[in-house]
Amino acid sequence: MNPPLLTIRDLRKSFGKTEVLKSVDLDVGRGEVVAVIGPSGSGKTTLLRCINFLEAYDGGSIRIDDSEVGYNDARKRRGERALARMRAETGMVFQSFNLFPHLTAAGNIMLGLTKVRRKSRSEARDIAKVWLERVGLGHKADALPSELSGGQQQRVGIARAVAMEPKILLLDEITSALDPELVGEVLEVVRGLAAEGMTMLMVTHEIAFARDASSRLVFMADGAVAAEGPPADLIASAEANPRLNSFLARFRASNF
Amino acid sequence: MGYSLNFSVVWRNFDKLWGGLVLSLELAVVSLAIGVVIGLVLAVVHVSGGRFTRMAIAVYVEAFRNTPLILLVYLVFYGLPQVVDLRYDATTSFVATLSVYAGAYLVEVFRSGLEAIPRGQIDAGRAIGLTPAQRLFHVRLPAMIRITLPALSNTFISLFKDTSVASVIAVPELTWGAQWINLNTFRIVEAYLMATAMYLATGYVMLFSLRLVERRFRVGRNA
Ligand SMILES: Nc1ncnc2c1ncn2[C@@H]1O[C@H](COP(=O)(O)OP(=O)(O)OP(=O)(O)O)[C@@H](O)[C@H]1O
Ligand SMILES: [Mg+2]
Repeated sequence: MNPPLLTIRDLRKSFGKTEVLKSVDLDVGRGEVVAVIGPSGSGKTTLLRCINFLEAYDGGSIRIDDSEVGYNDARKRRGERALARMRAETGMVFQSFNLFPHLTAAGNIMLGLTKVRRKSRSEARDIAKVWLERVGLGHKADALPSELSGGQQQRVGIARAVAMEPKILLLDEITSALDPELVGEVLEVVRGLAAEGMTMLMVTHEIAFARDASSRLVFMADGAVAAEGPPADLIASAEANPRLNSFLARFRASNF
Repeated sequence: MGYSLNFSVVWRNFDKLWGGLVLSLELAVVSLAIGVVIGLVLAVVHVSGGRFTRMAIAVYVEAFRNTPLILLVYLVFYGLPQVVDLRYDATTSFVATLSVYAGAYLVEVFRSGLEAIPRGQIDAGRAIGLTPAQRLFHVRLPAMIRITLPALSNTFISLFKDTSVASVIAVPELTWGAQWINLNTFRIVEAYLMATAMYLATGYVMLFSLRLVERRFRVGRNA
């Protein structure tokens, strides 16, 4: 088997005195879709933010394609330009969309393409058009974020990230700020990307979606991976793991 | 003894007032433009700079915001040439003073605007691989301008009123024009009433048009 695309070993991160990530070990292979679940405060967002170095981590290692994220071999923080180049390789989709409010849907996608990927404006515009089409928003290229629904904004957010052709896409609860009727359209886009072989690491509270769309389910608790495995197996074995069991119990009542 | 209003002398010298109004507007526009540059540069330096630069900027801001403008005008026009070997006319002197004065207000406006940008937007810029400079120019400054637009138009309107201080060093702006008519015709009430009306009317037109501009930005360009 090929070496994994993303390798995380003994990852540690504290905010002041609070130890948020205690020791995280996780691999994500090329083309794999890994879903991360876990109680609030278990460190899921922090994990994703460390992977593209929006947060500097304190210990352990994160490697993407065999190069250490954020630090050089002497474990010194890389320069801002090197960091920017690395971040361009990991796409991120945020819970609160975080579109640039002064740019249109197409403009949001084009910014990284022109400034980071150094494409011409017309080439960038064509790429933006293709991706907007893909997420079902071909007709909204010139709309500003304020003129889009939450679900539409999030689809632009996804298009903005994937248009950069990242090696891995990080998704942090991308539907939890949406009205229930808008969740489906966004998950549909994610499903399509998974089918095309995009490598994804997604934090989600949509257990049913995680079960159906991911190849592996990772349960985080207390700043570490507490259990992981193929979704069906993990859920079936939940009885043996009290913390996982009580976490899943919340969902069983409703959509499970 | 009644004072009977007679505007005819004012009309006969209306060119003084009209020319004054135009100059007042020019003073305000130029000072705002220079002040915006000063404010932007210092605001960016402030949010990214160390403790010493922050303190230096704070001293400038506090000094200029807490000194009456008229004193600054006197100091720059009469005081400064005594100390350094510089020659400048009254208009240049006033523009310089008002610009630096406006800059002190605008640093604060821009700084709080930069700090008010939602973190997530900056994170989004980092996540797609923008360098710090690219984030500044393509994410933070555009967002900041939208946040600070109302404060910016308020500053412009107060600068326009502040230009009347230039009359104390005989810059021929609107207030000076009214003074001239008063001194030459003794129609004090008419001259100042007319000048007041002109300040008011211009101020309202400005307010109205700037609010229109802001509304366009808000409707079209909000998050
Ligand atoms: N910038 C920060 N400064 C200080 N503490 C932080 C910071 N970011 C996160 N934390 C703390 O770290 C812990 C883990 O946060 P994190 O957001 O990673 O959890 P999470 O698993 O994503 O939770 P949720 O499901 O609620 O999103 C929390 O206790 C949080 O308060
Ligand atoms: Mg979270």
